[in-house]
Amino acid sequence: MHRMVTIDGNEAAATIAHLTNEVIAIYPITPASPMGEHADEWSAQGRKNLWGTVPSVIEMQSEGGAAGALHGALQAGALCTTFTASQGLLLMIPNMYKIAGELTPMVLHVAARSLAAQALSIFCDHSDVMATRGTGFAMLCANSVQEAMDMALIAQAATLEARVPILHFFDGFRTSHEVAKIEAIDRSVVRAMISDELVQAHRARALNPEHPVLRGSSQNPDVYFQGRESVNGWYQQMPVIVQNVMNRFAAHTGRQYHLFDYVGAADAERVIVLMGSGAEAAHETVDHLLARGEKVGLLKVRLYRPFDPTALLAALPASVQRIAVLDRTKEPGADGEPLYKDVLAAVAQSYASGQSRFTTLPRIVGGRYGLSSKEFTLGMIKAVFDELQKELPRNGFTIGIRDDVTRTSLDWDAGFRTDAARAVNCALFYGLGSDGTVSANKNTIKIIGEATDLHAQGYFVYDSKKSGAITVSHLRFGKQPIRSSYLIGDDEAQFIGCHQTVFLERYDMLDKAAPNAVFLLNTSAAPNEAWNTLPRRMQQQIIDKNIRFYVIDAYQVAQDAGMQRRINTIMQTCHFAISGLLPRDAAIAAIKQAVEKTYGKKGAKIVELNFKAIDAALANLHEVTIPGKVTSLFERPPVVAANAPEFVQKVTAAMMAGRGDDLPVSAISADGTWPTATTRWEKSNIALEIPVWDENLCIACGKCPFVCPHSVIRSKLFDPAQAAGAPPTFKHMPLKGKEFPAGAHIVYQVAPEDCTGCGLCVDICPVKDKEHPGRRAINMAPQPPLREQERANWEFFLSLPEFDRREVRPSVMKSAMLLQPLFEFSGACSGCGETPYLRLASQLFGDRMLVANATGCSSIYGGNLPTTPWAQDAQGRGPAWNNSLFEDNAEFGLGMRVAIDKQREYAVELLKALAAHIGEELVTALLNAAQDDEAGIHEQRERVAALHQRLQQIDRPDARQLAAVADSLVKKSVWIVGGDGWAYDIGFGGLDHVLASGRDVNILVLDTEVYSNTGGQTSKATPRGAVAKFSAGGKPTAKKDLAMIAMAYGDVYVAQVAYGAKDVQTLKAFMEAESWPGVSIIIAYSPCTAWGTDMIQNHAMQDRAVRSGHWPLFRYDPRRAAQQENPLQLDSKEPSIAYREFVSQETRFNMLWRSHPEAAEQFLGQAQKHALSNFQHYRQLAELSYAKPDDIKTDKAKE
Amino acid sequence: MDLRTSYLGLELKNPLVPSASPLSRSLDAARRLEDAGAAALVMYSVFEEEMQHDHMVMDEYLHNQSLGHAEATSFLPLHGDMPSKQERYLEQLQRLKQSLDIPVVASLNGITPGGWIDYGTALQQAGADALELNVYYVAGDTEVSGAEVEQRYVDLLTELRRHVSLPIAMKLSPQFSSVANMVRRLEQAGANGVSLFNRFYQPDIDIDSLRVAPQLHLSTSAESLLAMRWIAILHGHVKLTLAATGGVHTPADAVKMLLAGADVVHLCSALLLHGPQRLTQILRGMEQWLEESPYESVEQLKGVLSQRHTGNASAYARANYLQLLDSYLPAAGI
Repeated sequence: MHRMVTIDGNEAAATIAHLTNEVIAIYPITPASPMGEHADEWSAQGRKNLWGTVPSVIEMQSEGGAAGALHGALQAGALCTTFTASQGLLLMIPNMYKIAGELTPMVLHVAARSLAAQALSIFCDHSDVMATRGTGFAMLCANSVQEAMDMALIAQAATLEARVPILHFFDGFRTSHEVAKIEAIDRSVVRAMISDELVQAHRARALNPEHPVLRGSSQNPDVYFQGRESVNGWYQQMPVIVQNVMNRFAAHTGRQYHLFDYVGAADAERVIVLMGSGAEAAHETVDHLLARGEKVGLLKVRLYRPFDPTALLAALPASVQRIAVLDRTKEPGADGEPLYKDVLAAVAQSYASGQSRFTTLPRIVGGRYGLSSKEFTLGMIKAVFDELQKELPRNGFTIGIRDDVTRTSLDWDAGFRTDAARAVNCALFYGLGSDGTVSANKNTIKIIGEATDLHAQGYFVYDSKKSGAITVSHLRFGKQPIRSSYLIGDDEAQFIGCHQTVFLERYDMLDKAAPNAVFLLNTSAAPNEAWNTLPRRMQQQIIDKNIRFYVIDAYQVAQDAGMQRRINTIMQTCHFAISGLLPRDAAIAAIKQAVEKTYGKKGAKIVELNFKAIDAALANLHEVTIPGKVTSLFERPPVVAANAPEFVQKVTAAMMAGRGDDLPVSAISADGTWPTATTRWEKSNIALEIPVWDENLCIACGKCPFVCPHSVIRSKLFDPAQAAGAPPTFKHMPLKGKEFPAGAHIVYQVAPEDCTGCGLCVDICPVKDKEHPGRRAINMAPQPPLREQERANWEFFLSLPEFDRREVRPSVMKSAMLLQPLFEFSGACSGCGETPYLRLASQLFGDRMLVANATGCSSIYGGNLPTTPWAQDAQGRGPAWNNSLFEDNAEFGLGMRVAIDKQREYAVELLKALAAHIGEELVTALLNAAQDDEAGIHEQRERVAALHQRLQQIDRPDARQLAAVADSLVKKSVWIVGGDGWAYDIGFGGLDHVLASGRDVNILVLDTEVYSNTGGQTSKATPRGAVAKFSAGGKPTAKKDLAMIAMAYGDVYVAQVAYGAKDVQTLKAFMEAESWPGVSIIIAYSPCTAWGTDMIQNHAMQDRAVRSGHWPLFRYDPRRAAQQENPLQLDSKEPSIAYREFVSQETRFNMLWRSHPEAAEQFLGQAQKHALSNFQHYRQLAELSYAKPDDIKTDKAKE
Repeated sequence: MDLRTSYLGLELKNPLVPSASPLSRSLDAARRLEDAGAAALVMYSVFEEEMQHDHMVMDEYLHNQSLGHAEATSFLPLHGDMPSKQERYLEQLQRLKQSLDIPVVASLNGITPGGWIDYGTALQQAGADALELNVYYVAGDTEVSGAEVEQRYVDLLTELRRHVSLPIAMKLSPQFSSVANMVRRLEQAGANGVSLFNRFYQPDIDIDSLRVAPQLHLSTSAESLLAMRWIAILHGHVKLTLAATGGVHTPADAVKMLLAGADVVHLCSALLLHGPQRLTQILRGMEQWLEESPYESVEQLKGVLSQRHTGNASAYARANYLQLLDSYLPAAGI
């Protein structure tokens, strides 16, 4: 009996990798991170490899670093592996050449992912893998979760024998994250497959001073070429070795693979060739067509490099007349993608040599599919076969998109289904990332997988938001192995669960419903009222498709059961109760068993609560009687408001509605350019409660807009006469103060549909109602009853003119907060600790700001489509933004600065040269403009406008040149933004170079003390004793002091800030940093949801970090040294709380007391000591005298 | 000279027993206490709130693991091996039992009846020699009568008694209308001993930050007199064993407790302040006192100056108050 397990592709591959290696160098990157995380966790738990020793897992500072470490470890004789994808793989390429060049056995596991070109994408295609073809690594492809495990072992066994390193790849997300029931490979099989003699041979080749050799020599024209050719024999024998390993593997497991596996008719005329998960869908299609007598076939490529044309041709039937080779990559400018060219060459060469086995020379075409996980469906595969049937099938086609520009695309029938697809039970669940729907569904798959003989598959689609992100779970169950490597399509789902009522107005969920399906809705509406909460179209679909409609008030059930807002188990129970996948009693027993397994004895109480919720779920599940006619009074509202710009209406709205796949090529810009200021059109309505301003209590301190992570609380100052036409509930109050115009009113207005309900504005409010001590000047209240009213108020608020920037006193909080945020409504997590800094920068400098943004959270909420938060003011000015890479951001931003400076220099030269034509007065004013405040910048803008006008009248080529660079005469503010993963680790080399450059750039490090975006991996910013991925036992070393490194240059403005601890210090730091005409760096403490603590604690966490001495606040301003003042000003007091108090209240630290209490105490002791000595060190530095060193005699100094 | 005493049915080599404190969290400190001469050890308390909070924390950890987005399906690594507070307490109890020869008393601290109390069973199974039940109850509810408060103590004890056959000591606060009656009721409900008294840590107000700040003030010798009085009153009137706790810092403090009628004397602040060696010093001091005294054993000494034996009921009762007040002379100038 084979042991079946329900796991995803990453775990499948990592299981073998961990078992067969001893040094694992890792670095996080989506979608490969979980492989490294598994390896790290297993080693932390003491899981041993085949040889009875626990593999060493080491996290490096980049993939380049990981590859370097691997190269070294291999040279020193260890068995090594790593996991990566996309840009990470690109960073490994230099070492891959070395490792292969030295004939070193290893397996590199890749979850294939798109490369960043016109845009980044975390999703799957083979462009990363294809970029490594020249390295000398062999390439072995797995098409499914089962194969990810199988090929991982085959690769490991083969590389040891062949000495050629192997890149083992499978499709990112589609395979890496698909949960499937597969046959586990027994440890004894792994043991039998891996030869100890070959391992020892590898060790014997290692560098060893006992018998020294030299590698990595520098060769000259005399021998390099021969050296390069010396490896041919290894590559020639490798296909044979791999096939032999595959045969041995088959003997152990019964699963027989070949270098090329053919599926289809023995007399096939039309054949598709491809590799990766798409081959599974193609397999399903071929089976279906075969049953209908069609002469079709499929060739799955397993070993892509070394490419064995003989084996390829031998695998194809001689009857083949037409071949379509599908590549999941694009090589712009090539006349075909790599696999196509390889197949074409193989057939052509055999024909040319007169040895063709084909009856006639087949016609071969190539096509592209599936870039960035574009769906590759049965209909699309059928369309390719259909194309092959045409007399002249198209070459260089695309399938899966509509290319209305160069007309490459094939049409397909979206409704085409196979017999296999029809035999499968499909279920869809719409949930939020935060409601646990995905984990419950993973659990369901495990339950079905383990409790029945059914095959099970789960795939999970996330949207790009971090707050209020929708997750759609696609679950399939069937009697046959499931090859459906595509999403559940229209009319396919027998079960649809909607876990949030807000989705009713956003998505056409029932399009996916099969006839007689079940629709389960979590709603607070009573069973007899639920029907009329559905939009008309949905009601019609329920009637037309004869859908059974069930409701449950899961939030109420959860609350009653003491589960707070945890609804996932409740919804899971309902699914089992209605779907009939298992007999009801058996299903409930299985869920309870799963709960017990998850929470175990550690959570007897949790188990008890869950059981209670499960039982209550059944009691509160109601079938709704369908009236037989549509009675609803409303339709789903339009996706965006009618006044949205045309582009937003046509393109953005389609993407927001989940119809982006339908957009043609012509709708998408060719160079990656997108309009800014689009988040304002996407109304998420995710807040259950929103803040309500009490103008009777407010003291107008400006703190609430200052801390708002989503820029949803704004203030404006205006003449009360302007409020004449305001909605009746629009609130405002007089604002006194000599810096404000007499009689002016101020308003603090909330954007009700953009608020995420984090509550931090209420938390920061310093006002306490003396009569009701719990009340503040701003208080949370349920959103739905306020939505319409506040929407009107918000609209009115927007219509009020912005306060004149020249009148704002930016050093005063309430005044600064009158500045319009040009960063708004990002998709960052609710309560995000990073975004307030970006919003602040956008308020202060946004209208003249260029942003270079390192990849990470800030580039995702900052630049992930469909809508982006960087905004524009009424004049159309605003931050211009770009994300280059993860590792190069400092250099990227520096490049911007150099370009601006150069253009300004050129503009000055031209101004001087053209002074006589332009007018001396204007030129002098332009050249001598002081742009150190808003007024000065305003005036310079007016001068530049005047310059443009005059230039139009000057008919000279250099006048045109000047017009093109004239904007550079207005001061620009370059911001280099990124997280700690970038600044402390992967980008540190570049950052250091920029710090030393002396150029006028502002660096903002959003320090969350972990790699937040990829899931909380350790960085060098992670504090000692914090638990993070790759530091499951607590990080043993101290956080790197980046500020100290930056200060060492002497001419860098350095500030360490925490806005929730001392807001005015943050404000000052931003003003000073920007005004310093050299390099500035602000290291900004940014509490993160990855810390595991509720983000309502955001400010308290910052406060404790500062008061404990973990995060001293200071500013180092080189300008002060010139005035004989100490440049360093310490802005926080000496530690006033114990470090224990700081760490005990954050999950990232306190969980270590449970898993490793002794280590936790030890780290605490060290950290406490360090916090005190570090503070003392800073204080001493701040107290040093910078008075002129009179006591050092010049001639003495000369000695 | 015979220092032996019996406490909760356990034969102890002397009457000095470190009470619940963080010292028992460390095996090393516990060994040092034993080496210093401790006759038994009361472990640090496991709190009802901790046990309940524990579930919530674990739930929070697990819940965190189910959150995420496309790039991060979770954030913090959650180990399978993450024992709960209770499990850790049991482990520590077992470790202490293995490495110490003296009896180990486990300590439960809580105020509400319910699930947590059956944890006593696990403590018994893990080898505790006795249990201490510490009811740290601040009767702050204006609707709850003194009788109800007292009943709560009795109910908790009754419930614990149902779960365990081990000796149980109740640690009490001095804030009862009738301490003596309360002790009697507890005896009837199955208590084998009482520890007098539990100290309430008083909150303080920080006038700079305008916050209520909890403060930990260690005890002083002066505080020991409260327990001494009640032990003197109870000695001979109840059969359960009497433990004096709170404010014992010197050999004299300890001797006074024994003279009043205590079976054992708990030490805490003195050990936290000066380390385990303070226990040796107190023990040596007691021995020296005994040597110079007419008594040969602790058993002889016990209760010699109790209310019952002094024959002078007023010494520990109200009359004493009058005398003392009258005898107080203010300092010059006041």
